[in-house]
Amino acid sequence: MSRTLLLVGTRKGLFVMESDEGRRDWRLRGPLCEGWPVYHAIFDEASGAMYAAAASEWHGSAVWRSTDLGETWTLSSEGLAYEDGRRLSKVSNLCAAHGRVFVGVEAPGIFASGDGGQTWSLYSTLSGLPGSEEWDDPQNQPPGHLGISAIMSDPDERERVWAIVQGVGLFETRDDGKTWTPRNRGLRADWPREHEEVGFCVHKVVRARTDGDRMFQQNHVGMHRSDDCGASWTEITEGLPTQFGFAAAVHPHDRDTFFVIPLDPGHGRTMPDGRAAVWRTRDAGSSWERLDRGLPQDGAYLGVLREGMAGDRYDDPGFYFGTSTGQVYASADGGDSWNEIASYLPAISSVEVATVD
Amino acid sequence: MADVHLPTTLTPLFAGLPRRLDVDAGSVDEMFAQLDSRWPGLRDRLCEPGVADLRRHIHVYVDQRRARLDTPLEQRSRVDVIAAISGG
Repeated sequence: MSRTLLLVGTRKGLFVMESDEGRRDWRLRGPLCEGWPVYHAIFDEASGAMYAAAASEWHGSAVWRSTDLGETWTLSSEGLAYEDGRRLSKVSNLCAAHGRVFVGVEAPGIFASGDGGQTWSLYSTLSGLPGSEEWDDPQNQPPGHLGISAIMSDPDERERVWAIVQGVGLFETRDDGKTWTPRNRGLRADWPREHEEVGFCVHKVVRARTDGDRMFQQNHVGMHRSDDCGASWTEITEGLPTQFGFAAAVHPHDRDTFFVIPLDPGHGRTMPDGRAAVWRTRDAGSSWERLDRGLPQDGAYLGVLREGMAGDRYDDPGFYFGTSTGQVYASADGGDSWNEIASYLPAISSVEVATVD
Repeated sequence: MADVHLPTTLTPLFAGLPRRLDVDAGSVDEMFAQLDSRWPGLRDRLCEPGVADLRRHIHVYVDQRRARLDTPLEQRSRVDVIAAISGG
């Protein structure tokens, strides 16, 4: 029987939650990584290793790794430094593919490791793109200081990678980081922009597993869909309670089904009216349904960050999200109903799921 | 030999690293280099990467005086490496 593992990155370390295929009863391990703030933690299916991007106020940024499903951890930051004087303040986001691990950092850049996270080298700073001079200025970093807030690999094409520069937009390389192309056509921005192709606040991009051309995007001012692998975007916000949110997840078997968690776009950035809900489309964004069975409907001012939701790949897929107030909710029926499986964790930055035989 | 005292947040990160140890070094920087050779990566946890400076929230005191990386050590110096006590 498979083991189902949730990697929950929090402000006070990593926690691993474990269940079986039934996903009803969960055991909690942690805090791991010595309680360092963990911004994102992932499981690399190919190697069986776990990685956690963490940054200690005292001891700086590093990537922790575990080769025994989270029982023991070591850390390294060897090579995680700019040689041009720029300061690396945070490691924000991880991605593992084709024998490499990528980590996105602030100031914006991507480092790669080919030896399982023991050493790192600079992969790209996306320099030379429109707006890159501005985003390299530390004074221009947006709150959160994520830098590269997401990295996405292609399962088939090793040299193809997408990256989000926080507050700037989505970019794609097809030559392993040598050149990048902005992928923001069709996006909306409610603020002045100096460059036509950049200046979009892209929060989260996910790609359908059954159709590589289908992507969904939650950004600062709307939901969007792409049917050409990010080359262009169509807004699909209509039917949602707000245009703002961070987290998103795809259905593992259906290219048209996609989940988001709309938030109040104001300063609080919590679920509207204190009523918790996940929203699902089954028709690629033409319509949306509110999923709230099992979720609190009174006084629930819950926030969910951009890496805070994930889905597994079982035939009857499960979905999970973690909140900025330390709850983890799980659905084992495709989002129809939800259970609170952790109640009192520290503020949650990320949730990822792994299944292990 | 300088009498070196390390913060409790540091020792769990490196197998076998004690809270207190003796180091024969001429400066704080040399002391960190020696510790880094025995526990690779230790210097990165205390110094900013890419620049010759202590991390913002790491303070070093030599014989109870605030020190920098180039502060010299005497044979019987006491060195306290402190992680700032703020935080929540």
